[in-house]
Amino acid sequence: MINPSVVILDYGSGNVHSAAKALELAGARVVLSADRSVAEAADGLVVPGVGAFEAVARQLASVRGGAIVEKRLTGSRPVLGICVGMQVLFEHGVERGNDTPGLGEWPGVVTELDAPILPHMGWNTVETPEDTHLFAGIRDERFYFVHSYAAQEWTLEVHDPFPQPKITWARHGGRFIAAVENGPLTATQFHPEKSGDAGIRLLKNWLETL
Amino acid sequence: MTIAVRVIACLDVSAGRVVKGVNFLDLRDAGDPVELARKYYEQGADEITFLDVTATVDERATMYDVVRATAEQVFIPLTVGGGVRTADDVARLQAHGADKIGVNSAAIARPELLSEIADRFGAQALVLSLDVKRSGGRFVVTTHGGRTETDLDALEWAREAIERGAGELLVNSIDADGTKRGFDLELITAMREISSVPVIASGGAGALGHFAPAIAAGADAVLAASVFHNGELTVGEIKHALHESGMIVR
Repeated sequence: MINPSVVILDYGSGNVHSAAKALELAGARVVLSADRSVAEAADGLVVPGVGAFEAVARQLASVRGGAIVEKRLTGSRPVLGICVGMQVLFEHGVERGNDTPGLGEWPGVVTELDAPILPHMGWNTVETPEDTHLFAGIRDERFYFVHSYAAQEWTLEVHDPFPQPKITWARHGGRFIAAVENGPLTATQFHPEKSGDAGIRLLKNWLETL
Repeated sequence: MTIAVRVIACLDVSAGRVVKGVNFLDLRDAGDPVELARKYYEQGADEITFLDVTATVDERATMYDVVRATAEQVFIPLTVGGGVRTADDVARLQAHGADKIGVNSAAIARPELLSEIADRFGAQALVLSLDVKRSGGRFVVTTHGGRTETDLDALEWAREAIERGAGELLVNSIDADGTKRGFDLELITAMREISSVPVIASGGAGALGHFAPAIAAGADAVLAASVFHNGELTVGEIKHALHESGMIVR
């Protein structure tokens, strides 16, 4: 599709400005909106997120973000979650002993990384599956991570005829999930909009699926 | 550890222009901040840091425009420090495109500011900036660009700030700043020992050989300003030198 339309879900998450510009550079027409019909009609929906899991889940609920995501996925319409926007797709998150429900699109819990230095901040490599589309042409590149929490296990079992989710891992201390390609639902723990040329290429790869 | 060492280009901004000086004194014009940020991005900088060294409210407004224009064309993390007094200042800077916020003297005056920011925006968005000077056999915190000494022990202050929610330490040596004789390696090592968050080494970079020792001393990132603005070194040269010394770079 030439110049697909992308809505960045505008629910109060900090710094969505550069995400909008990066998506434009990748070839999208971008609108910031929290309007349900606008968010449902776009070719692609981006769910951003920085800060605390609990705050993001609460703000997302205030614009009925879960229902918007659910409606789009029911119709196989693409959604991309970024950073905490990825984390809230899991069942729940535990931060500082505070257990918060997520959207529950995937089973599993988001927990603190086991590493001597946190936050995990900087440019790291990823371990991609062979058949990845999201990382086509950029499998050996580094991406910018800034987080202390992540999903560290993938437990969703998918049976035929549905395709197997493609899981990309990264390491900081232990291993954690860096990206998921699961039908219309895609997510990255790192920030593609802050990952230079490699990040723009990743967004292009995602736009190709719209 | 697979994460790369970061090379950060720092731009001191006053009234919409990049300025440079020795020990924060004798400021001279060094160019347009947006153009320079873009140039360092293209050279391979891993992050850009703007330090707002302006004094007036009008100039502060200019800074927001600089941040916005930079975030539109530079797709790497952008830290903004200088003059941040409240959590609402952080919200406004983030809305203009800043990813991380550096806090310095306002946190010394009122340490609760750190937890207010971390609770609302997350520790990953909060950088504690310290201007550190050697005094009486220890490291002390200074304010006003190093001109005013406090009685605050730099290591104790860093430890407290991390407990309150700082997600990164930007450790600037006032003694080394502007000398171009290399980073204060003892200071970096001391900070690394007490810090559970990433440490950025700042102050004193003057030659390619200065960067790897700072990493070896415990820094996760190295920051430099004038060597870039003067055209003495490029980001690429520094990364090459780090790589030659066995460090992982992007």
